[in-house]
Amino acid sequence: MSSVADWEAASNPVKENRAGNIGKAVDRYEGPLKVTGTAPYAFEVELPPSASGPPLYGVMVSAAIASGRIAAIETAQAEASPGVRLVWTHLNVPEQGPRPERYDFFTPSPRPALQSDRVYFFGQQVAVVVADTFENANAAAAMVKVTYEADAPMADFHAVRDQGVQPPGEQDTEIGDFAAAFAAAPVTIDDVWRTPLQNHCQMEPCATTAWWDGDKLTVNTSVQMVRFAQNSLAETLMIPSKSVRLLTRYIGGGFGGKGSFYEDLVLASLAARELGQPVKVAFSRQQMMHGTVHRPATEQRVRLGATPDGKLTAMSIMTVTHCDSRGNFTEHASNFARSLYAAPNRLTGHRLVRMDLPVASAMRAPGEASGTLSLEVAMDELAEKLGIDPMELRILNEPETDPETGKPFSIRQLVRCMREGAQIFGWDRRTPKIGAVKNGRWTIGLGMAAAIRGNMLLPAKCSFTVDAEGVITVKQGMTDIGTGTYTVLAQIAAETLGVPLGDVRVEIGDSELPPAPGSGGQFGAATAGSAALDAGMNLRKAIAEIAVADPASPLYGGPSQDITFQDGVIAIANRSERLADLIRRNRPEGLVAEGEIRPAADARNWSQHTYGAHFVEVAVDTVTGEVRTRRMLGVFAAGRILNWKTARSQLTGGMIWGVGSALTEGNAVDPRHGSLINQDLAGYLVPVQADIGELDAIMLDEVDDKANPMGIKGVGELGISGAGAAVANAIYNACGVRVRDYPITPDKLLAALEAKGL
Amino acid sequence: MKTTITVNGEARALDVDTRTTLLDALRETLHLAGTKKGCDHGQCGACTVLVNGTRINSCLSLAVMHDGDAVTTIEGIGAVGALSPIQQAFLTEDAFQCGYCTPGQICSALGMLAEVAAGWPSQETADLTAPIQLTDDELRERMSGNICRCSAYPQIVAAIRSVSGLPA
Repeated sequence: MSSVADWEAASNPVKENRAGNIGKAVDRYEGPLKVTGTAPYAFEVELPPSASGPPLYGVMVSAAIASGRIAAIETAQAEASPGVRLVWTHLNVPEQGPRPERYDFFTPSPRPALQSDRVYFFGQQVAVVVADTFENANAAAAMVKVTYEADAPMADFHAVRDQGVQPPGEQDTEIGDFAAAFAAAPVTIDDVWRTPLQNHCQMEPCATTAWWDGDKLTVNTSVQMVRFAQNSLAETLMIPSKSVRLLTRYIGGGFGGKGSFYEDLVLASLAARELGQPVKVAFSRQQMMHGTVHRPATEQRVRLGATPDGKLTAMSIMTVTHCDSRGNFTEHASNFARSLYAAPNRLTGHRLVRMDLPVASAMRAPGEASGTLSLEVAMDELAEKLGIDPMELRILNEPETDPETGKPFSIRQLVRCMREGAQIFGWDRRTPKIGAVKNGRWTIGLGMAAAIRGNMLLPAKCSFTVDAEGVITVKQGMTDIGTGTYTVLAQIAAETLGVPLGDVRVEIGDSELPPAPGSGGQFGAATAGSAALDAGMNLRKAIAEIAVADPASPLYGGPSQDITFQDGVIAIANRSERLADLIRRNRPEGLVAEGEIRPAADARNWSQHTYGAHFVEVAVDTVTGEVRTRRMLGVFAAGRILNWKTARSQLTGGMIWGVGSALTEGNAVDPRHGSLINQDLAGYLVPVQADIGELDAIMLDEVDDKANPMGIKGVGELGISGAGAAVANAIYNACGVRVRDYPITPDKLLAALEAKGL
Repeated sequence: MKTTITVNGEARALDVDTRTTLLDALRETLHLAGTKKGCDHGQCGACTVLVNGTRINSCLSLAVMHDGDAVTTIEGIGAVGALSPIQQAFLTEDAFQCGYCTPGQICSALGMLAEVAAGWPSQETADLTAPIQLTDDELRERMSGNICRCSAYPQIVAAIRSVSGLPA
């Protein structure tokens, strides 16, 4: 197994970047397909000529109670409806593998659909209708009559939060004596913040097209994790994994919500087998809200104790959150705080309560996205109490080593992010005086917050092929959920093999390609890319060995370790030939090399994160409660950047998610029915164009040689971390009220203003 | 029901269910899947197409209502290897990530620019008698019917501005 020292010591083409492909603002590899509408998403794939007949359409029926059982389910009318080919409920769905007691995020297991008369959450799928057209299926689905015996659901989080228990296998972390230090601190903050359920709202609803060829199933679906979904589907259908080919080449947004998969995949597969014809099943937008997963609500108590000169002496963030009645997901909103600020006495932990609510799971920056909404506002409150600039307060409490573990940081440029951001943004124009700047009906405020998000590396494999034209093909069971995977893999391949970018092909999103974990936790580029680099290095070696052994090559007999790869030409000193010529003579069928990455044995000896600083200018109308973000800047340090363009886009996208979390996003729960009241895009308000003013992200030069052989880290989740807190702090600077119950909607802001007599 | 719709310049004779939306007719009957279904309720804009030059949400419209109409979808705007200027601008500015809302954004942008050229005001238009200045606020207001959950909003503004040919 590699060690971090091996990575630091070894040079490689990505680090050397001789052709300059790394870091460059390269257009998206699959971009031409996306801007012409010709990238086929899961519901749109062309069926193979062998497919028996046109596709059939499946429409699911969702439960209208949160807890209880199906007393009766009448399907006769639906079955007799025009064009209907089958109606399945728990009474007649084919046998599937048994559901484990608890799902595990990374371990494949059966995910059977329509399993029993039990209803565990509002919107659980209880039936499916398959018909010859979407219209016929939709009409018949409305004819399925379900009678329920409903139990009173436990669905009011704030009423039951005291029932929260320690999440399985976890414990609070306490350093020093928090209680004593907090009690003795001359300046303190002790407040509670609430964050609501949030929904991913990927633009593409989950969908599957499935067909069988004998015993072999092909599914086109929309998931982030290829092998996990393939293996879990095979276990669900009780067939060998090799009988399932899962394709997910274009994914209309994931954000964690497609980290698993749902009934569309299972039911399309089963129905296609039953009917001997391709079947397509998609979630409706409304079904997406309840029937997939969401970010659960949290209640976070933050306590800070400081000396009058601004040194933190005590820090605690305790989070209560919820998951579904059969779940084990915890929104770890306290975790990031363990590495953020120095304080000798600290207490962090979580309490989890299982509820009759839809399934909670990961959504973009799970933990940080929620947790920074409290602590990064608490720091602003403390700064005000101390009369210290909020940025300077953070810098005063910058730790030299990880404040909980004492481990060294791999690299930490948080202070530089803040300092450079402050200068570019014009932070010195901020005055702590509330409402000092007016512009017509608007009162202007500035706010800032720090950003932090952990970094991970997982095992992955990859293969590279060079063909007789000198074209390199990257193959990996990886996904691109809009993150830029296609593009950065092409850049790594071009740089490693010294070929023009146009001579690289990338094939991903296929379970028959070398396995990679997929997209999530901002580990994608580092994980997939490091495996790609290794495959590229192995292909270089294989090419070099062939070249020096080929009497027809000008490189014949040369030292293979001296070979260079540049512009599609291989050379040793002044002897050279085109890569394509060598391959055409020796391997006309193509030459393949495989590679892999594994985490370093000693990777955990360092505290490793990505960092950033957000600066926001908002305008608040204190009469209407309307808030506008006028300017926003994020400065980030996230290792070597592979592609300036796609990385920046991920960061700006994350920042806008932060605006949504601060101002508009949240599913209101109806505690009587365990349902989400706003269950579509008219009610669940994601940011739109008019919500976002000037906005930019800057990436600092950085290399984190302890992260992986390329020194890169992820950026997909860093942008949201802290962004909402910066908005909240700017609102306070503008109008002098803090709404600690997100989102900060006009009604809450007006009530708070009125309560303060403002 | 028999309906003839001119799609991307070609008359297409359809025999569709009266319940079929224009969106589903395009996607499922004509196999023009570039137009996307994001919500099927007129809330996200992913299904935006141009009907007789005007942008609409094709999910809120039945196919049989468009007999004789001229519909332009993303497939009629440009092709791989022959991108239209706005498609090229979206690519250059990285005005998309997952790409699912992109065809709708592009159709919507073309419809929006035509509305501005025709002098249609928006909430942001301060002077209803003067030629409309396509400020960033005007542009953002007019593109707010097209959700991009990847949130490529600043990049979309840059892309549209680069082809708008109008003063800022």
